[in-house]
Amino acid sequence: MTTAAPAVEADGLTKTYPGGVRALDGMGITVAAGTVFGLLGPNGAGKSTTVKILTTLARPDAGTALVAGHDALRHPDRVRRAIGVVAQKSGADPVATGRENLLLQGRLYGQRGAALGRRADELLERFDLAEAGGRLVRTYSGGMQRRLDVALGLMHRPQVLFLDEPTTGLDPEARTAMWEEISRLAGEEGLTILLTTHYLEEADRLAERIAIVDRGRVVAEGTPDELKGELRGDAVHVELRDTPDEVDARLLATALGEFAAVREVTVEGRRLSARADDGPAAVPHVLAVLEQQGAAVASVTVARPSLDDVYLRYAGRRFADADTGTGGTGATAVQPAASAGGAR
Amino acid sequence: MSTETLHQTWYMTQRQLMAILRQPVFLVVTLVQPVIWLFLFGSLFRKVVELPGFGAGSYLDYLVPGVVVMSAVSSNMWAGMGTLEEIERGTLNRFLTTPVSRTALMNANVMQQGCSTAAQSVLIVLLGKLGGADYPGGIGGLLVLLLASVLLGTVFGAASNAVGMLVRQRESIIGINSFLLLPLTFLSSAFMAPGLMPSWMRHVADGNPVNWALVAGRSAMSADPDWGDVLSRGGALLALAVAAVWLSTRTFRSYQQSV
Repeated sequence: MTTAAPAVEADGLTKTYPGGVRALDGMGITVAAGTVFGLLGPNGAGKSTTVKILTTLARPDAGTALVAGHDALRHPDRVRRAIGVVAQKSGADPVATGRENLLLQGRLYGQRGAALGRRADELLERFDLAEAGGRLVRTYSGGMQRRLDVALGLMHRPQVLFLDEPTTGLDPEARTAMWEEISRLAGEEGLTILLTTHYLEEADRLAERIAIVDRGRVVAEGTPDELKGELRGDAVHVELRDTPDEVDARLLATALGEFAAVREVTVEGRRLSARADDGPAAVPHVLAVLEQQGAAVASVTVARPSLDDVYLRYAGRRFADADTGTGGTGATAVQPAASAGGAR
Repeated sequence: MSTETLHQTWYMTQRQLMAILRQPVFLVVTLVQPVIWLFLFGSLFRKVVELPGFGAGSYLDYLVPGVVVMSAVSSNMWAGMGTLEEIERGTLNRFLTTPVSRTALMNANVMQQGCSTAAQSVLIVLLGKLGGADYPGGIGGLLVLLLASVLLGTVFGAASNAVGMLVRQRESIIGINSFLLLPLTFLSSAFMAPGLMPSWMRHVADGNPVNWALVAGRSAMSADPDWGDVLSRGGALLALAVAAVWLSTRTFRSYQQSV
């Protein structure tokens, strides 16, 4: 980590939308210059609102935001010159060509003449759009459009690049290609990337540090390994045959809790989760306790800690349950699926 | 306005004009509609000039400014739809996070709408000429009509943009437009000489900006223009247009409150 001033420093951000929806509730993050920082959370957690405030689009009700050393609230114009923004929605003009979009973007930042054209061509080349550069954007595939969006954000060589859900809506192939591109960007000298995502795998793979966001504030922060390491041990997930009522659920949790090898027992619907230093060794004991309590078991899974478990621990909910928006569940299933099948 | 804002206005205007030229269907519809009005109203009301007190030689002479002004209103009042599309697509947000000035963004809308209105008006005037209309006021009178229709279009375009940004619902724009277009047109001297209108209508028309454009345009196009009328109505339109654009630039602020 560098000792230079942080690229982003936000503190105590609150924001309530007209209509009473509280989007941010004391949100604060610090992003070191030259790093990739991930904001991870379900839809509606406040990630996009945070990005909108940091990119000068929206204003918070309270709190402070420094971006690239400038106050985003008092000097939004200075912040705008220093940042590149790739929002969730494309934003490219569909009835202009890819190259025209880039040229206009550059002009808005004061780029002119031959240097402007060179920069546009360089980015088209780099994002594999050289051939499509002269075509109208409305003829582009989703992946091409997304690559153009990133190119637009980079046109003026920003110090801080905001990527708001860069791979949402992309097919797996285009997503992998985008991940490679972001990894390459991260290696660039001095570029700081703030990435929001509701894909656990994406945050795990791209971000050096992650802040887990829930209900408008950060509930946990650290490197992916730190976050997973804090959980110490494996996750044991038991699917019960029947949903226990509230009293039974509490009894099950208490009975298992008395058993030294497992901790952090939670019961949600039919799903019972616990943590164990040695997952496979704990399974027979867990099953014995459940049988004693008369709870029939449908399946048992043991998994190495994943960010999903981290999320459960800090937000008190499963990621997929919290992610009420569209398209969330399919993607979050990636993580548990990798560990399905039982013992490691 | 700084030179940078002027440059930005130019780039953004260019973008919008290119977008229009690349959508031929849209272009054809905006140009065909006034032609239909010219033909329909021209045939339907051809004999009204025979009414005592109408005061015009041929109805086509009378109708051309009416269709020019009505078309200026009806095409500009949909400007908010374009703004809504840009909001939904994320284009507006993209621009708002760049250093482009809000003034340049709104200016570009005004410029693009002004160019479109001017082109549409010229076409109607030329078609009228082909159909045998007479413009005794000459080129000067026609220029006043053109300017008045552009100013009127600016008023409605800016208002429509503001509504688009504030309400962000297509239905609202459609509702407001269908509600306003015909009353605004018929509560003016677009198709009927003021002398033959019921007196209450005439009074309402006096306060109707659509009628200001018609009074200014028709007066300048007549053989003997009343320049007092032209200046007073033209001045009022200019003031209203400036106010509408200012207000619509201000709505960026309330838009940003809600993103």
